[in-house]
Amino acid sequence: MELSEHIKTANVEDVTLRRPFHPALRGTLCVTSHHLLFSDRKDEASWQLLILLKNIDAIEKSIENLFGYPRAVGSSGTITIKCKDLLVLQLEIPGMEECLNIASSIEALSSLESMTEMYPFFYRPSHLTLHGPWGLSSTEQYYKQTERLWDRWRVSKVNSDYSVCPSYPSAVIVPREVDDDKLIRSARFRQGGRFPVLSYCHHRNGMVIMRSSQPLTGANKKRCKEDELLLQAVIDGSELGYIIDLRSAQQAQQARMTGGGFESKSCYSHWKRIHRHHERGKVVQESLTKLVEVCSDPSHSVDRWLSKLENSKWLSHVHSALSTAGLVVECVERDGHSVLVHGSEGTDNTLLVSSLAQLVLDPASRTVTGFLCLLEREWIQAGHPFQQRCAHSAYSHARLKQECPIFLLLLDCVWQVWRQFPLALEFSEALLLRLAQEVYASNYGTFLCNSEQERCAAGVKENTHCLFQSLLKPDIEEQYLNPLYEPTDLAIWPSVHPQSLQLWTGMFLRWTEYAQNMEEAREEVWSIVKEHRERAGPDRTNNTLSTHCDTLTPFENLMDELTIL
Amino acid sequence: MEHIITPKVEYVKLLNTYPEKKSALGTLYLTATHLIYVEQTNNNARTETWVLHHHIMSVEKLPLTASGCPLLIRCKTFQLLHLLFQRERDCQDVFQSLLRLSQPVKEEELYAFLCNPHQNEEDRRQGWEFISVANDFSRMGLSNEYWEISHLNKNYEICSTYPSILGLPKNASVAVVTGSAKFRSRGRLPVLSYYHKDTKAALCRCSQPLSGLTSRCVEDEQMLQAISQANSNCPFIYVVDTRPKLNAMANRAAGKGYENEDNYSNIRFQFQGIENIHVMRNSLQKLLEVCSMKSPSMSDYLTGLENSGWLRHIKSVMDAGVFLAKAVCDERASVLVHCSDGWDRTAQVCSLACILLDPYYRTIKGLMVLIEKEWISFGHKFSHRCGHLDTDPKEVSPVFTQFLECVWQLSEQLPCVFEFNERYLIEIHNQVYACQYGNFIGNCQKERLDMRLHEKTFSLWPHLLKNQHLYRNPLYRRSLESTVLRPSTLPLHFKFWCGMYNHYDRGMHPKQSVLDQLLSLTQKQVEGERTMTELQRQLAVADGVLPDPSGPINTPAEQDSPSEKTPTAPVVQSNGSCAPLINGDAEEAGPGAEKCNEKEGADPGATEHDLTSSEDKPVSVETEHSKEEVQESS
Repeated sequence: MELSEHIKTANVEDVTLRRPFHPALRGTLCVTSHHLLFSDRKDEASWQLLILLKNIDAIEKSIENLFGYPRAVGSSGTITIKCKDLLVLQLEIPGMEECLNIASSIEALSSLESMTEMYPFFYRPSHLTLHGPWGLSSTEQYYKQTERLWDRWRVSKVNSDYSVCPSYPSAVIVPREVDDDKLIRSARFRQGGRFPVLSYCHHRNGMVIMRSSQPLTGANKKRCKEDELLLQAVIDGSELGYIIDLRSAQQAQQARMTGGGFESKSCYSHWKRIHRHHERGKVVQESLTKLVEVCSDPSHSVDRWLSKLENSKWLSHVHSALSTAGLVVECVERDGHSVLVHGSEGTDNTLLVSSLAQLVLDPASRTVTGFLCLLEREWIQAGHPFQQRCAHSAYSHARLKQECPIFLLLLDCVWQVWRQFPLALEFSEALLLRLAQEVYASNYGTFLCNSEQERCAAGVKENTHCLFQSLLKPDIEEQYLNPLYEPTDLAIWPSVHPQSLQLWTGMFLRWTEYAQNMEEAREEVWSIVKEHRERAGPDRTNNTLSTHCDTLTPFENLMDELTIL
Repeated sequence: MEHIITPKVEYVKLLNTYPEKKSALGTLYLTATHLIYVEQTNNNARTETWVLHHHIMSVEKLPLTASGCPLLIRCKTFQLLHLLFQRERDCQDVFQSLLRLSQPVKEEELYAFLCNPHQNEEDRRQGWEFISVANDFSRMGLSNEYWEISHLNKNYEICSTYPSILGLPKNASVAVVTGSAKFRSRGRLPVLSYYHKDTKAALCRCSQPLSGLTSRCVEDEQMLQAISQANSNCPFIYVVDTRPKLNAMANRAAGKGYENEDNYSNIRFQFQGIENIHVMRNSLQKLLEVCSMKSPSMSDYLTGLENSGWLRHIKSVMDAGVFLAKAVCDERASVLVHCSDGWDRTAQVCSLACILLDPYYRTIKGLMVLIEKEWISFGHKFSHRCGHLDTDPKEVSPVFTQFLECVWQLSEQLPCVFEFNERYLIEIHNQVYACQYGNFIGNCQKERLDMRLHEKTFSLWPHLLKNQHLYRNPLYRRSLESTVLRPSTLPLHFKFWCGMYNHYDRGMHPKQSVLDQLLSLTQKQVEGERTMTELQRQLAVADGVLPDPSGPINTPAEQDSPSEKTPTAPVVQSNGSCAPLINGDAEEAGPGAEKCNEKEGADPGATEHDLTSSEDKPVSVETEHSKEEVQESS
């Protein structure tokens, strides 16, 4: 079925658009295969609102004059559109039939599941070409750039046809002394084949963060010699490594009943296991739903607000993610031990914790490029199932299956780090907000599919543009820079006291007046910094020197007069 | 001094609030004014913690443990010190000394009477005249067609807790004024708080009427009528009772109460539901318990925050302030505000409304004027509310703290509208409790006059102004000056003020400061501007245009201030003065504590070697933090 067949009414005139904190507008509404377009033609310079249909999370319609009222009055309907970026719009559409048609078109088109019908496959802006490399880096390139790995680590292509681990990229970094056969055996012993691979090697002491999925020890405590050897090779003679298991000890025990399990002390004698409970899946998704609900309900009292905020547990998830990342950092940086992080599948909280730890430890990951590379390596290539996790967001009424806003949780945690170290990150909150939007609905192919294998099969690299590449274009990148950035080599260790963590207002109050006030403040910061740079910067050039003199003149005159007096 | 049993105790442990951190080992000193803890670290670096005795709220001896005798000191500045003594005897001595030192019985024991911040009599006089409520009335445009400045209360006979000058409607006769005063609790009759030039609407304040169940008073009714008539833009006035309705009704039984709308022509009566001082005190108590929880979970914290009710109360104050501001600027209506006595809640909401309405009060100097006007001169009972002296604990309440927090909440929501930053608010808060300056001693103007505070103590405001570069908000936009603030009062905008209530828990604060960064970026520019202003002023003085070289910063409003006529002549410093522990330009040689001891005629020996860096100590000194702290764990 052609996409256009879903469109029953393409155009409606005289539609009223209501947005929070803006006056209502009248104009024309237009539904296309991938967009909802509203244009206000009142003024000469028409104002347009273009929304990707994929961005629409839920749609509610209410038809007035349905019962009892004479039709002559002219029936109309209101569609409330709730977007995945948390924007809520209302469209008042004259004509009941038109309203229902528009609503059903939106419903059908916003929930398409066929990959190649997605908008990134159609997005062809004139300033981008499809040729050339896709993405910022690859495992091989990362390895080449990271000299400290060369001695003890190697790139393995054991997964080049994705048969060893379907969710891993084709190349992974493993200890040099472990051969591919051992990797294959270890993969069989790990859920989804996610055998331990290198995630990060600390520049200060060469200690590493590894990540994997849970071992399949099962009820009768199976062992896998190769898996044990692999981990032994990771610590390479040093006395101890830490396994951070992102489940409670009890959950890990229970996992054995379903074939999963944990690394027992007797088999992995040089590894110390620490359990940290992290919520996952549905629980985190519900947290987001509850949080967004309470943020958009103005009728609460303070007490009710606080109790609902507590009840959503969102900040608790932020708290535990940052705490565990802090624990990893403590092991690596302070105690000088290597760490293996895993939960069950190793595709969600595992990535969250390992990438946060890197942000804290590694100055290179705090630049714009470095951060995007981190996301590419640790989330996209590492096989976070974006398509499943981000199919719906906070408003959806659909029955949720695999949805879970773990990536949004990561962005929130990064924001918390930025709030506590406002000078240490090269990028600004704007980049995080942009990513929060793009991950749910995008013109780009970056967040499509669930793994590299799927992206290959769908031809994502050949047929879509890469978001990260486009964000790094100089004119675009500037919007996302932190004016106060001052690189530091130190670990930026965030406080995890509840008092130190705050609601990410930039995200969750994004469409309120508050966001405008904050924007004003940001502009003011920029203007101070720019002024300072102009003053402090090129004093030597003739141009600025002359203006400098101009400002000096009145001073000097005054000085003269005073000395005369 | 006679209260100090042991002036120096060695090997005292200062326990860290967070169990994961190591505690410090050091020496504890007691001086006449401060408790000083000097931590000796191995690399010869020393950190000092200074706590003013007046800042100590409570001292508690905890049960003996194997490692020593613990002493818990809670401060009014929300600092918490957990000391561990090796010997029970030392602990007991320090405990008893602190009990006495932290609760002075007589005013003369207050720090302000002992402290001489390196100024001469002329400076002192000028310091006290620096902020003038009368000037603020002229700034508002008084006297004018409708309002006048009255001296009826110059001997504090009409109302003992009011200032000597009052803003009254021109057409209210003396009989009406005195009659109305008799019908109001403690004589606190309706008077002008703020006149809004643009709308001609006035913000007035008073105490509750003595209406009981049936009483009425013609003069009081005429008084409200006069206030209403002074504003031709609106046919009615709002009468706002800031109390919960239930409380107001209960007062009726005691012969007090609220205005009966039937008796007053054209009033619109409104309750605002702000709780009383006792509820607020308990709420803060609960909040502080949350603040000092040891490793709470996020849920513990949020639940505790909710149960404390603190943010609910802050919102109720803010809501009332916003209501007043809206009535004045949107409806052009005059408003009369009261609570019970009209010195707590009324002060809170009137001053908040002033800030919302008038950009002047959002400046560094404007906030001083506002505090001087709405709080100090109108008789907010600072001595009682802050517990300066050993008095009834039921009188203590964080009413002023709540006002400062409301201002902070506004500044969080509207980051570009205040000239000052968070530190200014916290410094004012510390100074209110420090009693180092005379401003916040006493409960009303009459009391201060009787104490001869202006002769014996110094004013805080010049000191703050001198350090104003620390308190500037680099994001302040003068272009926003003229606007009336319209903050959102949705609950989600009310945040916990970590910078205040966990001020001393450095680990909880952001590790890098945007404020410091921006201040240092803008500092040069400001210095340039300041030099410019100063040079211009000197020039004007030299030309004879401006008679008064009073201070480095002159806003146009104060240049024509009548109070500053005499030029300063340098006067030789009198030598019997007690050196400032706190003041920025203290003599370098003298350890402050030592000097104080001299003044007291006691032996300074105990402290003389160790405390040589009294220069530039703020009221409370925090542990210094080095660059390495960036790396430090939570």
